[in-house]
Amino acid sequence: MTAEELDKIAEDERESSRNCRHRLHVCVAAGCLSLHSDQVKNSLEAQIKASGLESECRVKGVGCMGLCSAGPLVSVSSQDVTYKGVTSEDAPEIVQSLQAAKPVERLRCSTDVPFFTRQKKIVLENCGAIDPERIEEYIAAEGYAALHKALTTMTGAQTIEQVSRSGLRGRGGAGYPTGLKWGMVSKAGGAAKFVICNADEGDPGAFMDRSVLESDPHRVLEGMAIAAYAVGASQGYIYVRAEYPLAVKRLKTAIRQAERLGVLGHNVFGTPLDFKIDIRLGAGAFVCGEETALIASIEGLRGQPRPRPPFPAEAGLWGAPTLINNVETFANIAPIIRNGGDWYASIGTEKSKGTKTFALAGKINNTGLIEVPMGITLRDIIYEIGGGVPDGKKFKAVQTGGPSGGCIPEQFLDMPVDYDSLSKVGSIMGSGGMIIMDETSSMVDVARFFMEFCMTESCGKCVPCRVGTVHMHDLLKKIIERKATARDLALLEDLCDMVKCTSLCGLGQSAPNPVLTTLRYFHHEYDELLVQGDGAGDARGIAQGAKETVP
Amino acid sequence: MIPAPKQVRTMPSKDKRWLIVDATMRRYGYAGSSLIETLHVAQESFAYLDEDALRFVASSLSLPLSKVYGVATFYHHFTLKPQGEHTCVICMGTACYIKGAAQLLTALEDAYHVKDGQTTQDKKLSVLTARCLGSCGLAPAAVFDGEVAGKISSAELLARVAKQVGNDR
Repeated sequence: MTAEELDKIAEDERESSRNCRHRLHVCVAAGCLSLHSDQVKNSLEAQIKASGLESECRVKGVGCMGLCSAGPLVSVSSQDVTYKGVTSEDAPEIVQSLQAAKPVERLRCSTDVPFFTRQKKIVLENCGAIDPERIEEYIAAEGYAALHKALTTMTGAQTIEQVSRSGLRGRGGAGYPTGLKWGMVSKAGGAAKFVICNADEGDPGAFMDRSVLESDPHRVLEGMAIAAYAVGASQGYIYVRAEYPLAVKRLKTAIRQAERLGVLGHNVFGTPLDFKIDIRLGAGAFVCGEETALIASIEGLRGQPRPRPPFPAEAGLWGAPTLINNVETFANIAPIIRNGGDWYASIGTEKSKGTKTFALAGKINNTGLIEVPMGITLRDIIYEIGGGVPDGKKFKAVQTGGPSGGCIPEQFLDMPVDYDSLSKVGSIMGSGGMIIMDETSSMVDVARFFMEFCMTESCGKCVPCRVGTVHMHDLLKKIIERKATARDLALLEDLCDMVKCTSLCGLGQSAPNPVLTTLRYFHHEYDELLVQGDGAGDARGIAQGAKETVP
Repeated sequence: MIPAPKQVRTMPSKDKRWLIVDATMRRYGYAGSSLIETLHVAQESFAYLDEDALRFVASSLSLPLSKVYGVATFYHHFTLKPQGEHTCVICMGTACYIKGAAQLLTALEDAYHVKDGQTTQDKKLSVLTARCLGSCGLAPAAVFDGEVAGKISSAELLARVAKQVGNDR
């Protein structure tokens, strides 16, 4: 593969697309697919065939268009129109409208609303625009140009320099500067090094990584290959959840296509770089999102974390220096290399650069996938882009960061969304799940829900997390059942502090966050559930309960 | 790490599916690190992991049975019990929970006298929960026999399950 060949593929693809008058894009990402968008696609194809329009129409399955709550979505390029809630029965009308050059008004999904106009797409630029199962379309959208640029015009150190300049921070949640991490791995000694893509998106209510993998898998592969070149690795792994069969299938297709074209494998672009990517399936363990647990899982062991240091950058997979980044982090790499680190650094806030994808869900009108520049306010996300809370209910809290994050009340809605502001109010950026709750949601119950999650997902290695989460869950349950006293609440607060400070890994250290933030901002909801009492009897009750439930 | 030379492979039974499991292990050179991949294939082939499967995998990969059991029970995805004829998975992700997934589960549990993770006595229906299906736009969501049903109410879910499970009775 040479630069000329890459250009030719891109040009051929653009040419064939220009020759086609009507391009119909049907969203076939998980959200729309579960509303049978595959049948819509088939009906459209059949209808076009029946109308004899095959030569000028092309129906193509594309990735996530974002507005999942209005699915299945279909867009028609020639009319610049997007349709929502399309069913197979609508196919004849849509095809007729192509000939009449008049869109079907009753299905129209307005795209000049804030949901679409307020977004800034870098990671998701190709989502909903290209067919994820064809590498040619990715190449036509400047795909693999960044890899070629890095390999032929930049050294590894220069590549890392650009990533550092961009100010990109890890999108998995912790926000560690990506350039710094790459630098550490590249400086580490050892012949064999590994690049791992963390696609174990276990945070309930988050589906950004899934959408990226399903809609634009090549972008992640390209990011990994650039990383491999920069740090000197020759083997990569993508650790992806087994619960995402469609993402796995598309990744496998993408890897096969990339190897066939020589943009992965031996002598990438005719340079000395050898880089192979294998897929490893997760098996449903939240803790495997923690990097040392993920490494253990790839090694075929129970996914239990180990103390750091040594960090994976020094001793990771099979003891070799290992670079682990999240899907979204890798998805940002190609545009950074293509446009330069300074371009990326010009977006966002002083300490949080670029954009962030969020999965909006819960009690909100526009559920779906969005990408916004860092520094946008929560209010803009929820009321402008998200369209506010449905059914005239009142907003109560927004939960970010999943089981490791916190609930943010209304008074902070005008706060900018960046790593530091979110942690200041007790939450975290997390991977990007954003769940909106209205006045009907009980915050104590939400805290209990997340604690139950952490309790069952605790790997059992360290005592504070294994035992502490069980006790915290029991106390929360007791409060909800109106059996707890003020003393129980004090004990809960103590336990939060203890588990946070003494757990081995991020799961335990952050498990108390939902409780701590709800205690901080919604203390009255706890107080209302408490009963009077000296607490002596209750303390005994806990000791008894403890005997039964400690694993 | 040099894998011990393998003699003629003996399968637990004449069932052809063991060959698929064996082929997976062979592809990875019978390395212990292929344990999770192998268990995935075994579960895909047999729907669950029974003692024969665990013993076969352990001896083939030269791993102690305790370790194989440890891994199989650590990950939620692996199941050591056979599933019912039909499965209904309720998504318990945050978005679904906020929108009433717990009520869906209770309705199903009460109607069929099973708890989450159990199968009815007549082996017709298994009720399971998922961490998050990633279909948060469709909350609350359930998966019945592999088909996702979004924005579903308890009554709709029960009607749907009764139709399938009832028809077979």
